[in-house]
Amino acid sequence: MTTLLIPAVALLAALWCAIPRSGRAAPAVTLIAALLAFLGSVRVLWMLHLGATLTIARGWIETDPLGAFLLVLIAFVYVTAALYSWGYLNVQEAPPHRVRLYHANFNLFAFSMLCIPLLSELGLVWIFVELTTLLSVLLVSYALTPQAVEAAWKYMVLTLLGATTAVLGILILFWSLHTTGSTDFTWSGLRAAAPHMPHALLGAAFVLLLVGYGAKIGLVPLHTWLPDAHSQAPSPVCAMLSGIETSVVLYVLLRLRGVFAGDPALHAGTWFAVAGLISAGVAALLIVQAHDYKRLFAFSTVEHMGIMLTAASILTPYGDTAALWQMLAHSVTKSFCFYAAGIALIVTGSRDIADVRGLLGISRIASAGLLVGGLAISGAPPMAVFPSELAILRAALQAHGYVVAALLALFIVVAFFGVTRHITSMLTGEPSVTTGRRVPTTCVLALAVTAVPVLVLGVWMPAGLAQAIESAAKVLGA
Amino acid sequence: MTPLLAELNALVLGLFIISTIAMTVTRQIGACMQIFVVQSLLLAASAFLLGASPFSWHLFALGCVTVLSKAIIIPWLLRVLVPNEIHQRRELSQALDVPTTLLVALGLTLAGYAFAQHLVHAAPNLSPGNISMGFAALLVGLLLLAVRVEAVPQLLGLLAMENAAFLTGIAIAPDFPLIAELAIAFDVPLLAFIVALLARIAYRSMGTTEVGALTSLQERQ
Repeated sequence: MTTLLIPAVALLAALWCAIPRSGRAAPAVTLIAALLAFLGSVRVLWMLHLGATLTIARGWIETDPLGAFLLVLIAFVYVTAALYSWGYLNVQEAPPHRVRLYHANFNLFAFSMLCIPLLSELGLVWIFVELTTLLSVLLVSYALTPQAVEAAWKYMVLTLLGATTAVLGILILFWSLHTTGSTDFTWSGLRAAAPHMPHALLGAAFVLLLVGYGAKIGLVPLHTWLPDAHSQAPSPVCAMLSGIETSVVLYVLLRLRGVFAGDPALHAGTWFAVAGLISAGVAALLIVQAHDYKRLFAFSTVEHMGIMLTAASILTPYGDTAALWQMLAHSVTKSFCFYAAGIALIVTGSRDIADVRGLLGISRIASAGLLVGGLAISGAPPMAVFPSELAILRAALQAHGYVVAALLALFIVVAFFGVTRHITSMLTGEPSVTTGRRVPTTCVLALAVTAVPVLVLGVWMPAGLAQAIESAAKVLGA
Repeated sequence: MTPLLAELNALVLGLFIISTIAMTVTRQIGACMQIFVVQSLLLAASAFLLGASPFSWHLFALGCVTVLSKAIIIPWLLRVLVPNEIHQRRELSQALDVPTTLLVALGLTLAGYAFAQHLVHAAPNLSPGNISMGFAALLVGLLLLAVRVEAVPQLLGLLAMENAAFLTGIAIAPDFPLIAELAIAFDVPLLAFIVALLARIAYRSMGTTEVGALTSLQERQ
């Protein structure tokens, strides 16, 4: 039952924060809930490592090593974002009732994401993916400015449009399962039945699901909500959206790939490669011409989603391992980047790259954060993203995907120069105007905690974690 | 399915696509919402007709939940949360004029119908009308979302698309797990609640709900 307690603590924390007059305790309650969720998810991963089977309701709630791996990632970002939110909202001088409502909404958003890796029934998975949008829209519009409302609206319309497209894909998938005589609408049931499903139906479901969930992970050309939402949402919300929400939906697509790969005539791998490479390439160019440093990191998320989708297109066990490794590196590094961007926003009061100059002379924390974050997210050694991107290139070369490897390497290099050029221009020069605000301790703490995996995973991968990634990749069964 | 029920279902499907097209060209927001209620009742009617012979309690439950959530709860939520002034408003800033919208809607209906034929051949024993009209209405719903700039019609566009997906769903997946169907049905009022709340925030902070016309966040050149 530990597995069910993980989302339950987030739900309980949300209910607590919804109670009037709980404003002062809301940040602490959220942090405690996040810590409990993290400890619970590590325990689940450990129990699976020891060979336990975690089935709460067969056909509905089942946890395997892949789900447990994602659960740990979600819970880690939940903890650091909860810690960061505490001080960040104080700086915004938000009234207690708004702090309370923010935390209630924040916990509900975490709850919706924590449920997804525990579910094995596709209909329920769809519902919780839609809930991740519904429960985060009001977090994006938190600032209540016209720009924030515009960003929230675009985010909502585009991702819900995707969800509606995906639900038709799911219904068609159920129809094609039905034609085989099976009623097991779970990940494993679908994989087993896939080779016997009618090609026309499976093809229609594949296109609808790729487009539908592609909108949610920001695949080009459905990515436009991502930079808008990330430029306007509070930084801890950006960390959750970019660091983990996109990864959660990508996880659903990776699971579905196993089903669609069951019909070789669909060429699911090729479609993944094309969608992934286009996204990575366009995002690399958008990074070069970005004007807002929060939008810059959002474009980098589009690039990373493209890279991971391309890794999944290789259809080899090593390709899947590399994709999941990249998912881990992306989650920790991207949340780190948004924490650093939030601190830079606190001290400079501007998101515009051209307005921020001489950050080194203004705030050492902000400049160190942006420098490390910028280098790490663009794949510089010796940080977490470097070995995972290298592994993806190696996997592509091993599978004789020379064109794929060459294009990926080119896009990664373009993005690297784009990110480092912008960050360097912000750090150097005559210091620009500052707000004179002090950086809250909890924001620095969240940045420091997230820095540990960003810096360590580039040089040392703990054996237990490497094993967890390999076990998770085996579930994908390439 | 008996011939009489099949004919009645065909009539319901025809009215369903007409109501979807009517939503795209109706400028008064209140009237647009009333047509959405009619569209939802037609979806429920199709579920009842398909579930009557052979009897399917799944489809009857889905029909009842559709009436409750889409014909009662959502209109009530929108009336309570969205300022009354907006319901009375006529939307004059549509991206396309009415004749052009009608023409495009007609083209999309034919395109959706043609695409669905490709799938209908895979399982000819199901109700082909639901599949064809579902796909056609899905595309027309997308057009509604694209041409309207006001918040409430955009929400109705999303909900019309969802109705269209379920019009197909009741024919192709009548045994879809009920727990998932119920959860989806109750997910929709939450969607309407959040959208209406955001529309209310937009009205307060900007004095307008013309969310489709907002372009301040475009990437600078």
